[in-house]
Amino acid sequence: MKLKSKIIAAPYLVWMTAFIVAPLLMVLYFAFTDKAGRFTLENLSGLSQYTPVFVRSILLAAIATVICLVLAYPLSFMLSRLREGKQRIMLMLVMLPMWMNFLLRTYAWMTLLERNGLINRFLGLFGVGPLNMINTQGAVVLGMVYNYLPYMILPLYTIMVKIDDSLIEAAQDLGAGRVHTLTKVLLPLSVPGITTGITMVFVPSISTFIISRMLGGGSNLLIGDLIELQFLGNSYNYNLGSAMSLVLMVVVLLCMSFTNQLDNENKEGGVV
Amino acid sequence: MKRMGAFSKLYLVLIFSFMYLPIAVMAVFSFNQSKSRTLFTGFTLGWYQSLLRNDMILSALGLSLVIALISSVIATVLGTMASIGIYSMRHTVRGVIMNVSYMPVINPEIITGVSMMLLFVVVKNSINLQIFGIPTLLVAHITFNLPYVIFNVSPKLRQMDVRMWEAALDLGCTPMQAFFKVVLPELMPAILSSFLICLTYSIDDFIISYFTSGTMQTLPIAIYSMTRKKVSPEINALSTILFVVIFTIILLINAKDSRKEKKNAVRI
Amino acid sequence: MKKVVSFAVSVLLLATVFALPAQAAITPDDPSYNWERFKGQDVTLNVYNWGLYISDGSDGGLDINKEFEDLTGIKVNYTTYDTNESLYAKLKSGGANYDVIVPSDYMVGKMSKEGMLAKLDFGNIPNIAMIGDQYKGLDYDPNNEYSVPYTWGVVGIVYNKTMVKGPIDSWSALWDEQYKGNVLMFNNSRDAFAIAFKKLGMSLNPSSTEEIQKAAEELKKQKGVVQAYVMDEIFDKMEGGEAALAPYYAGDAITMINENPDLAFAIPKEGTNYFVDAMCVPATSTQKEAAEMYINFMCETQIALANCEFIGYSTPQVKAEALLPDELKNSPIMYPSKDVLANTEIFNVLPDELNQAMDEAWSDVKSYDEKGNDLLIPGILALAVAGIAVVFWRKNVKKKRNDY
Repeated sequence: MKLKSKIIAAPYLVWMTAFIVAPLLMVLYFAFTDKAGRFTLENLSGLSQYTPVFVRSILLAAIATVICLVLAYPLSFMLSRLREGKQRIMLMLVMLPMWMNFLLRTYAWMTLLERNGLINRFLGLFGVGPLNMINTQGAVVLGMVYNYLPYMILPLYTIMVKIDDSLIEAAQDLGAGRVHTLTKVLLPLSVPGITTGITMVFVPSISTFIISRMLGGGSNLLIGDLIELQFLGNSYNYNLGSAMSLVLMVVVLLCMSFTNQLDNENKEGGVV
Repeated sequence: MKRMGAFSKLYLVLIFSFMYLPIAVMAVFSFNQSKSRTLFTGFTLGWYQSLLRNDMILSALGLSLVIALISSVIATVLGTMASIGIYSMRHTVRGVIMNVSYMPVINPEIITGVSMMLLFVVVKNSINLQIFGIPTLLVAHITFNLPYVIFNVSPKLRQMDVRMWEAALDLGCTPMQAFFKVVLPELMPAILSSFLICLTYSIDDFIISYFTSGTMQTLPIAIYSMTRKKVSPEINALSTILFVVIFTIILLINAKDSRKEKKNAVRI
Repeated sequence: MKKVVSFAVSVLLLATVFALPAQAAITPDDPSYNWERFKGQDVTLNVYNWGLYISDGSDGGLDINKEFEDLTGIKVNYTTYDTNESLYAKLKSGGANYDVIVPSDYMVGKMSKEGMLAKLDFGNIPNIAMIGDQYKGLDYDPNNEYSVPYTWGVVGIVYNKTMVKGPIDSWSALWDEQYKGNVLMFNNSRDAFAIAFKKLGMSLNPSSTEEIQKAAEELKKQKGVVQAYVMDEIFDKMEGGEAALAPYYAGDAITMINENPDLAFAIPKEGTNYFVDAMCVPATSTQKEAAEMYINFMCETQIALANCEFIGYSTPQVKAEALLPDELKNSPIMYPSKDVLANTEIFNVLPDELNQAMDEAWSDVKSYDEKGNDLLIPGILALAVAGIAVVFWRKNVKKKRNDY
């Protein structure tokens, strides 16, 4: 399978250059030029007024990621310890909402969270006053957690299934309590899963615009909303939008290399 | 830690309720007689009927299916060819290509969508032809499907025993024959599963299609425009139908898999 | 396999839908107009209109697109947008080829200035004679070359009588603290700024960037009471009693009041915006004649009447207006009195720098968070602390391993 077969990848390489590399170069080009095509740094400097939006996006995405991690960790562990047949069924049931259309899932929460929505009606039965849930930052985080929880469960589950029970039993035999076993044995072993999960939740969370539009009421703008405004929305400005996209890409790359560092750290250590 | 304590069971139930609550609510209200999304007044199948007569949704569904099929086929073929070619490259070159190929996966979808739109606009302005619509949708879908094919087929390729290929050549096959009779069957499971993954991602894609679809509407885009207006319970009906279809498919796949496993277990 | 089955099923369904016998239920105004010019030629028209802006038969009335398809044999690919600006963005980027669009007055002016619209051949649109003269020749299209009026109306405040106290007669009601969290606002720059201008007693056509900045400050002040920025999502919200007040268009107010009698409509004393939405053909359209036929169809008396009754907006078609039932003809919402109309302003096309200033100010207002600066410093601090903690933890782990 040598020599000749290198050429077989040629059509793909052409495609790759044309449709993966070229578009990104376009973003670079538009980010550094103005409407007339002259080189300028104004787009990037103009972004400084949107810093609150960037910070808000990063924070909300981070909070959603942490919540997903906390919720998914015990769940994945329980799933990985189930009987073989049950495991598959449960896994399927967990992944099923992920296959449903993303817009419909987010929209469903809109009806639940509204002032006259079902949750408030339910709470009303107990005399608890109508809570203001929709169009808040909390609703946006809820939307992120709901949509991306399966993306955290799956990698964690994949890793935990490979963790041998005997390791945990050994730790307990050697006198480790529950907490100790968790922090010293389980957590370090599951780090690859954690880093994958974090990446798969953080990246879409930070760049979403649907969730913030449907659940955030249009007043809690995130980076995704801003970018969409520049391209297909009110503030038609390709150059500014490209500059925002560039910064978003850099932020995502930074966060990911950061989590990758953690992963490599543990790989070096070489656990059992 | 093997026993499922009461606490663990409760936790599982809570999480599952959380995940299925919105879907269940949507399903219940798809049978609601009035348009209210919070007050259940009576049972009716009327919304399902009007959904099936809704031209916009039906043509959007048709477009989604067509795009998904065509782009998945092309992506699978192109991606398999790419995996085979990349497999025989030098380590450094392979590394670079794999990293670049991975970019549509790592990049936030909005970046992929926006960057492709920029490319298409520039191309469109230079050749003065309206390309937006089905051509751009196809290109965009193929592009974000390709990484999944490559990253599914490549490991299978590496796992494959090279000696089988060499043995085939020794036994007199031409390289082409050897490829189709030895290599391809080995890769088939990976190729099929990546084809299915491509179909799923393509049908469900919203953000990238949103920026590259021109005047056409795929199903997710049609759903999005429905949610931006006065909402009709037709959307609940649609959601319930989709859920049932997906649920059935998964059940069938699972039944087929467990039957296969039982057969294999019995053989031993 | 399963995907093949579902594909086959949807194809079958599509086939049944299109196989239904076609019956045109309308009698055209002018029998000499040849509607069937394009029959059998497999023509498709891309129509891009506002959401909920055409009678589609869902309330038992005419399904206008279907009637058009039956009469002329031209297929209609009908999609919707929710603001003039997103229409502009889609068209300007070249990312779509539409044949009929329905921009508002100022957007017609802006697009025609930039050469984005085709000059209409009124030989193909004889029904323009039935459009009232007071709607033609306005500032945005002074020589009547690019557009045919579709609807007109005014902007006002829709409010829920059970949720507000006192008369609603001023735009400042939308800034009122007692309705905190219960106010909806326009999700597009021009309309939102118009309200701010009117509240400040200025013209809604700014003449300088300072005026725009002042209005932007007002809008930022309003953010504290705003529940959400919406366009068509407003229907569900107001009808469901989710909010107390919202500015919106008169025609939609009528629809909302029909669904929820608790609602009412008021036109504030400071004056308001008078708008005309008009049908145009983009310069890039490849089906200009078919598009003109569609526009002519929209001006048919029966069609304009059906439209008016469904979408609630006032019609510029004179014969249709005469045929309206009395309660609509005399409705102060649909056909406001001359005094009210005298206190309205129509949007003018703004010069480029002002447009850009307004767009930027809008982005600014949308991203503004009064609690924002509170979020910034703790946010950065939290991230920094987390980063440092992780670095220390890593160093700790490394040390322990090296100890081994």
